[in-house]
Amino acid sequence: MFRYTLKRLGWAIVTLWAVITITFLLMHSIPGNPFAKEGTMPEAVYNNLQHYYNLDKPLVVQYGLYLKQLAQFDFGPSLKSKTITVNDYIVNGFPVSLHLGMQALVIAIAFGLIFGVIASLNRNRWPDYVSMVLSIIGISVPSFILATFLINFVAVEWGLLPVATWSSWSHTVLPSVSLAMMPMAYIARLMRSSMLEVLGQDYINTARAKGIAKHMIIFKHAIRNAILPVVTVLGIITANLVTGSFIIEQIFGIPGMGEMFVKGIFNRDYPVILGSTIFYAAILIFLVFIVDIAYTFIDPRIKITGESK
Amino acid sequence: MSKKLLAVFSLLLVLMFGLAGCFSGDSEDVTKDDSTDTADTSTDTDTSEDTESTNDGGEEKILHLNNSSEPGALHPGLAEGTHDSWPLNHLFEGLTKKSPDGEVEPGMAEKWETSEDGLEWTFFLKQDVNWSNGDPVTAEDFKYAWLHALDPNVGSSYAYQLYYLKGATEYNSADIEAVSDEDLTKLREEVGIEAVDEKTLKVTLAQPTPYFLDLTSFYTYFPINKNVQEENPEWYQEADGYVSNGAFTLEEWKHKESITLKKNENYYDKDQINLDGINFLMIEEASTTWQMYRNGELDFLYPLPQDVVGQMSENDDPEFNIAPDLAIYYYNFNTEKKPFNNAKVRKALSMAINREDLVEFVAQGGQQPAYGVVPEGINDVDGDFRQNGGALFESDLEKAKALLAEGLKEEGMDSMDEFVILYNTSEGHQAIASAIQEMWRKNLDVSTKLENVEFQVKLDREKAGDFMVSRAGWIGDYVDPMTFMDLWVTDGPYNDANWSNTEYDSLIEKAKTTMDAAERMDAMHQAEQILMDEMPVMPIYFYTKPFTVKPYVKDIYTPINKYTQFHYADIEKE
Amino acid sequence: MMKNNEQLTKEMFQKVHDNFEHAEKINRPSVSYWADVWRRIKENKLAMLGLILIISLSILAIIGPYINGYSYYEQNFMEKNLKPNAEHWFGTDQLGRDIFTRVWYGARISLFIGVMAALIDFLVGIIYGGISGMASGRTDNIMMRIAEILYAIPYLLMVILLMVVMEQGLWTIILAMTLTGWIPMARLVRGQVLQMKEQEFVQASEALGAKTGWVLRKHMIPNTMGPILVNVTLTVPTAIFAEATLSFLGLGIPAPQASWGTMANDALDSILVGNFYQLFFPAILISLTMFAFNVFGDGLRDALDPKLRK
Repeated sequence: MFRYTLKRLGWAIVTLWAVITITFLLMHSIPGNPFAKEGTMPEAVYNNLQHYYNLDKPLVVQYGLYLKQLAQFDFGPSLKSKTITVNDYIVNGFPVSLHLGMQALVIAIAFGLIFGVIASLNRNRWPDYVSMVLSIIGISVPSFILATFLINFVAVEWGLLPVATWSSWSHTVLPSVSLAMMPMAYIARLMRSSMLEVLGQDYINTARAKGIAKHMIIFKHAIRNAILPVVTVLGIITANLVTGSFIIEQIFGIPGMGEMFVKGIFNRDYPVILGSTIFYAAILIFLVFIVDIAYTFIDPRIKITGESK
Repeated sequence: MSKKLLAVFSLLLVLMFGLAGCFSGDSEDVTKDDSTDTADTSTDTDTSEDTESTNDGGEEKILHLNNSSEPGALHPGLAEGTHDSWPLNHLFEGLTKKSPDGEVEPGMAEKWETSEDGLEWTFFLKQDVNWSNGDPVTAEDFKYAWLHALDPNVGSSYAYQLYYLKGATEYNSADIEAVSDEDLTKLREEVGIEAVDEKTLKVTLAQPTPYFLDLTSFYTYFPINKNVQEENPEWYQEADGYVSNGAFTLEEWKHKESITLKKNENYYDKDQINLDGINFLMIEEASTTWQMYRNGELDFLYPLPQDVVGQMSENDDPEFNIAPDLAIYYYNFNTEKKPFNNAKVRKALSMAINREDLVEFVAQGGQQPAYGVVPEGINDVDGDFRQNGGALFESDLEKAKALLAEGLKEEGMDSMDEFVILYNTSEGHQAIASAIQEMWRKNLDVSTKLENVEFQVKLDREKAGDFMVSRAGWIGDYVDPMTFMDLWVTDGPYNDANWSNTEYDSLIEKAKTTMDAAERMDAMHQAEQILMDEMPVMPIYFYTKPFTVKPYVKDIYTPINKYTQFHYADIEKE
Repeated sequence: MMKNNEQLTKEMFQKVHDNFEHAEKINRPSVSYWADVWRRIKENKLAMLGLILIISLSILAIIGPYINGYSYYEQNFMEKNLKPNAEHWFGTDQLGRDIFTRVWYGARISLFIGVMAALIDFLVGIIYGGISGMASGRTDNIMMRIAEILYAIPYLLMVILLMVVMEQGLWTIILAMTLTGWIPMARLVRGQVLQMKEQEFVQASEALGAKTGWVLRKHMIPNTMGPILVNVTLTVPTAIFAEATLSFLGLGIPAPQASWGTMANDALDSILVGNFYQLFFPAILISLTMFAFNVFGDGLRDALDPKLRK
């Protein structure tokens, strides 16, 4: 396992480097520049800005400078703010996004699993239908519509919770719920169908025939074997949730890091684009690794380390 | 089975509340970090409640606004755009300021003199004006601030606002790679700013500029405290150590969350200031801020969601106001592409849209239909420039049809080919474009396609001439017709229509050089008429600033080229 | 039997299968498999409801825009923001366009995009994930790292690049959507394959000499169909809303053409002024579609795998 971890770490660096390089090329190949705006900017002002941020140097040089800077864990300045650096963006924004994302994740996993398992055990009876209707609403009503409704009714009309901003725990409830609905529904559906598949397998029948108690079968065998697809999708879901949702943070005025991914690109704020991408990629790579490791814990027969055969 | 499920469930709940616990811990840490250095060390989680409780006499008067976005720089020389300038206008004061009626009045300067040729200006600063840290505001602070913004090494994007000064363009345009230190110092010294003594500032302009006095109230012309800037070049990045000279000081800055201003006790005119503070949030989503306004969490709101504007103006809501704006919404015709090279075709298209309907039913914010390019609210020699100029063309369907046929014939075409309307992505632009598309289809039987692209892609395509008709807008930099009129000179940087007319060019040149006010305005009226006869750009409407304000907020004013100002505002709750 | 002293000669033996396809051949005619599937679906009332819904939505998408005499683009400022009434059955929008007509016009685009995106994600995901999972080791590692790189590169950057190099249109949207859309599917399939590979019946099949492709097709995919189908049905609404986002960025179908996603997006602010119906109709249709695909997908899966029937 240790050797495998080391190997994956090596791969992680290669993967990160590829992401950086491709992103660097992509962002310089799309039209636009960070100082473009509707209107006039004299040549001199434009040149001064280019010079100030080293953008007048050849791309290869810029690329080299960036990697050098990165080696010191410095993501550079934001071209749109003379006040906050990319490091500041991440250091200030990530804890907020992480908090919101984790809360949404907990809701999504808890209710998703419960709904999924209950639905599968009560197949084609009312708990199954209730869970399905909830899931369908969760999936076909996207977070921003749900958020708009929650603000309008729960916060303003009924006055139960604050509208927006990020200043106390009660402020986190509506955004967490808005964010959680979709993954919750996803997990519920996935869990239900995976459970049904497992419940139909021979070994479950065997266990049943052997007279093992029903709840033992469900917990020891069924859930354990059925949870694998949920674990798989959790890798990507978690990476997306903890790095912030642009739309939800925008609607609730939450100072997370979600906006970096979107505004960085619209503003052609090159260091912000690279910084956010690298950060996201690192988290994604890490979580995907964790998922692979988790496979072997859930089902020790699974071999991902490559020694098999 | 259910027991185990319950166990898992409760475990997850515990985890969740664990997170909740860490939240309050977090926020306390954050506020502690932010406030350890400031005098006031109250551990506040909710500013509004807290400020109310700390005040022993009566309720504190704190105004709650939304700045939409984190400012890029609360530094006069580095600021650009409204997210920076709204707080900045309350924090700083220039040589002059605008009265609520829009007149220029003394600010840091008590009086000023102009030379005969209009090139030399001498400003005499008030004796009792001080920085928020107690330092006196000196002529040297102004000189230092302006030269700092012009320094090519600083990379200020608004440096060109100072190009009116003699030698400013040369200094700011110096090639930093090539120029020697001595040459740069020399260029710096040649810029026409001189601190004659502590309270006297002499400014030399490159050419006579009738609206220069107006410019001295613009934020790039604000002073900065020389000592503070030299001691700590990053003074403007946090509330701690922030020094300003205006009606308010920076009390707290939670990045990407909120900015709190506090009344400046060192401000010379502090008796006129009624508010104890202003709180700016940074929430971009207009529908959210509207809900907060409804909920009483904001006292004033601009901008508003378009649907809300429509409804409020329909209902004549007493909290709803429409302030004028110094900006125009228009479409470019690419005059280098057939058939848009033909003025008759351009004019026909322009005459075939119903601007009144667009404004009333689509834009809905009380905008003015535009039959010229200079909006209302700019002084002519006598009266208002727009009102004196009047409508320079009219909407007329029959004439439009005839003109189109005539124009197409001249170009040897039987009918108009389908063309594309290019606009940058936004629901508002899309609605206008869809409506214009329908009007052209119904009225002229001309078919169009809409193409929306990301903002930067649109700019790129306009610069490359890769469009037929494109949406554009222009916000005036200063209150003078020239801020609109010189856009369409041959090869002008914002002349995306690529239109060129020698008569127009010479009239603009004349207006820029003449000292005679009447002659100057007359030249610009003539130029505007030529522009509208040729119609390289199709004016649609003049923007407005529709806002809502709670009835208990008194004495606010909205200058035509700024957001609403709250210097003299008061809160009178029952 | 051996009394006759019959020699056992080599000729008497015949290789049972030189072809693995015969390895598990069941020598009874499976005449009624598809008929059986169809019979089972018909028995499932929910699945039938889903099927009927899908068919009716499709029919309405074809004829709906012509039913009440309005066009999807015609504006009438005098009749804007009308609540549903006898003239405009679903009301009118901010520009006075008939929502009923627009909603069915939008159904064409949204249903097409939703189904196409789901289909492509499904195919690419199954092939890529299947190969990766079966191969394991080095190939698996490299394939998964490539997927990771693609997934980590900012999606918006790719979309803007696409926008510059490609024409506006339906296929561009579908390309943009499937660019990375297949990756979660591929990872899901791979995870399932990894688990399934170690199951006894799969190993038995492999021991009998079945080739990878065969095992994948005959054992892995059918046995992992449940979660995969869930993922496919979820792709439909996701794609419908992704289209709205892409249209907003300028990649999608140009205004005034309508789609459910763009209509829902445009109507979002109408909540603020109480015009809920503008959001309600596109939203309810997306939910109905979602419901139909879900229950039909469930029914189909059950019908394909008799073991799951109760």
